[in-house]
Amino acid sequence: MYCIPGKFYLDPWGKVDYAVISHAHADHARWGMKHYLCVDDSKAIIKHRIGKDISIESLPYGIEKSINGVKLSFHPAGHIIGSAQIRLEYKGHVTVFTGDYKTNPDNLTIPFQSIKCHTFITESTFGLPLYHWQDDSVIQQQMQNWVLNNQQQNKTSVFVGYSLGKSQRIMSLLDGCAPMFVHNSIYQLNQVIRNSGIKLPKADLWQAATNKNDIQNNIVIVPPALLGSHMIKRIPNAAIALCSGWMQVRGHRRWQAVDAGFVVSDHADWNGLISAVKATEAEQVYVTHGYQETFARYLNGIGIAASEVKTEYGTNEDTDTTETEIPKTA
Amino acid sequence: MKQFAALIQQLELTNKTNAKIEALVHYFSIATDKDKLWLIALFTGKRPKRPIKTSLMKEWCLEITQLPEWLFLESYSAVGDLGETLSLLLPPPENDSNQSLHEVMQDLKRLNNFSEEEKKSYLLNAWNSFETHQRFLLNKLIGGSFRVGVSKKLLVNALSKYSGIESNQLMHSIIGNWTVNDITFEELIQGNHINYDNSKPYPFCLAYALDKPAEELGEVDYWQIEYKWDGIRGQLIKRNNAVFIWSRGEELVTKQFPELVEAVQNLPDSFVLDGEILAMKDAAVLQFNDLQKRLNRKNVSKALMAEVPVNFRIYDVLEWNGEDLRQQPLAQRQSHIQSIIKPEYTSVISQSMSLIVKSWDEVKQLRNDARNQNSEGLMLKLKQSPYHTGRIKGDWWKWKVDPLSIDAVLIYAQKGSGRRSAYYTDYTFAVRDGDQLVTVAKAYSGLTNDEIKEVSKFVTKNATEKFGPVRTVKPELVFEIAFEGIALSNRHKSGVALRFPRIARWRKDKPVSEIDDIDSVKLLIAAKS
Ligand SMILES: [Zn+2]
Ligand SMILES: [Zn+2]
Repeated sequence: MYCIPGKFYLDPWGKVDYAVISHAHADHARWGMKHYLCVDDSKAIIKHRIGKDISIESLPYGIEKSINGVKLSFHPAGHIIGSAQIRLEYKGHVTVFTGDYKTNPDNLTIPFQSIKCHTFITESTFGLPLYHWQDDSVIQQQMQNWVLNNQQQNKTSVFVGYSLGKSQRIMSLLDGCAPMFVHNSIYQLNQVIRNSGIKLPKADLWQAATNKNDIQNNIVIVPPALLGSHMIKRIPNAAIALCSGWMQVRGHRRWQAVDAGFVVSDHADWNGLISAVKATEAEQVYVTHGYQETFARYLNGIGIAASEVKTEYGTNEDTDTTETEIPKTA
Repeated sequence: MKQFAALIQQLELTNKTNAKIEALVHYFSIATDKDKLWLIALFTGKRPKRPIKTSLMKEWCLEITQLPEWLFLESYSAVGDLGETLSLLLPPPENDSNQSLHEVMQDLKRLNNFSEEEKKSYLLNAWNSFETHQRFLLNKLIGGSFRVGVSKKLLVNALSKYSGIESNQLMHSIIGNWTVNDITFEELIQGNHINYDNSKPYPFCLAYALDKPAEELGEVDYWQIEYKWDGIRGQLIKRNNAVFIWSRGEELVTKQFPELVEAVQNLPDSFVLDGEILAMKDAAVLQFNDLQKRLNRKNVSKALMAEVPVNFRIYDVLEWNGEDLRQQPLAQRQSHIQSIIKPEYTSVISQSMSLIVKSWDEVKQLRNDARNQNSEGLMLKLKQSPYHTGRIKGDWWKWKVDPLSIDAVLIYAQKGSGRRSAYYTDYTFAVRDGDQLVTVAKAYSGLTNDEIKEVSKFVTKNATEKFGPVRTVKPELVFEIAFEGIALSNRHKSGVALRFPRIARWRKDKPVSEIDDIDSVKLLIAAKS
């Protein structure tokens, strides 16, 4: 997405001179830009994922920066740690680009903040009325009960979630329930996040050399790439759970033939999307990233001018997995 | 409904048979007898008739949610199941019902006498009292079409583990004559309503695939050579003038073959025969596809029996006049067949004849010709062999013909149902016909999960047309399609019908320019005749 007067791009896929990044997921923060701009909380993560030597600057949430006459600022998106909506103001016209966002609060991220604007560019990953999230307290109960139940049967609880965002969310939901271990890719990210001053629950490194007795009956968190791998087979008596918004639908839940599926999403659900759009009071809405055609048509039907924008973000069926690992090439 | 919902969730999430059995045993140990009885009824297809039309359920859901119909349909196509779509679209429930399975089923039965208004008020209240997953099950129970991937065999194994009663007896019990109203759970599993001594089958003797050159089996004279038929392997039992047919899957399929039962009633009492149920017309064996029309039907019509007549081909005699013959040599056991069958019933019950050969070379020729008999190869049985229990190496061998195969291109794809509803799993393939493409086969199986995901991604990106759930796809992906037989057919546009087509492998190495053309496919028919 290109800002014409500002001469910079938002979450670009091609290699550009000046990239403004909403958050550090691989389908938004890509390799190969000459210069990066992001919010403070995202800076260390982006450097960790893309490279130490990139040219990158950052701003705190809510602080304005002027680029070629465009006033730019970042605002909390509630999606993952360091996720931001990007607010652009040019000659009195305000545009907000959401990146990915979640309206339900959790214990980890700064809650989503609604911003009034003229033009609103929203994601629509879960843009079907099928998707309704329960409160974190309810999901937390379900997940912790499952862990306790596994412990009674001498099983180790393995949670699968992508390494940036979902893993930390799982850690926060399971905090205090049982000792937690995480795969190296998650462990490294946790270190980076902690070093930038954000608190995370304790989670030890799990690797091939880890003593089986240490993890038996406890919790292991792994990225999706490990499903079906030899490494996961080494976990004693593993019961495996997927954590994703897609788990709401039976077909998705049953597909992987795992032992449980929890509806834990880092995106807005149907009602979340609608309330976010309405709260902006925008005159024009652009819909990207997911069910753009459906959601735009629905918004027009309820009297909100909207059109779809086709982007190359993860397709609606596998966003959670494409956000798993860092692609090496753009 | 909470226990029931928890059970279904466990059954759905695992594909391990043992875990499914564990889940069922757990349910049997916590549920009330009335709930257990209903569970068995539902899992064995004993369902009350649908009390509410699905069109009304949809209408009421739209009324509650105020969603436009197009959005409902779009959601439905993303989910692939109407009952589930309804359960997800409705707002979260305000109440929490503790009704059990049998209470819900009782309510549903009563609904049949209710007016539409009363039905509506019942359902709206129920929707508002169960959480999403229970609500989904309620919708499925109303719709009456709900599969959980639990076969009768699996159910029986779990019941057997729970009760300690032999599984074949339980199989007879659960498919016997009973209704939820006239029996208790205990009476049902104890088999008070059946006589198991009459129906008790023997374990089947099974063969391994031949894993060495046939010559190494020694003198051909020691071996009995038969066609290997591809129908339903079964045991036909007549004791005390009661007739039972067991399939190799240990299901009682007696009711599916009334003409067999009628013929057996005219044969002398008592015997147990091992054989194959085949579709046969004018003394020729029909394709398995034809036999399939006869399977798993509640009622078999006269017209269907005339269209697809069946024949029980006897391989072996396990019991005759109350005597267990299994330790006798094969040749001696088979000598009793002529005393059992009668010429006037050979169109329904006949012997699978052994083939006369003088050398292994002749055996090989017969094998090469097997497809022309609609047989899938040969069985080699030592004439001295007893009837073993289970699969034992050495005395019996199966020697199947090699499968046929062609290279074809994917042209249509459709999403699967149930656990596969998120991905395109049902494919239609075409071969070249001049400069056009012509459909030759549909196939549902043969790819790994990862391959299915990859194909799905391709379909999403390269769909050129939509017909309901079907996508026309840019012809680019080439697959090797294996099949068991091929015949000319005027019902198919291509002029040929393939038997048992399946994906042998994905030919990523082949461009679409190298797929087969229809003439070379037809040559396969010529080659075999
Ligand atoms: Zn994201
Ligand atoms: Zn994204």
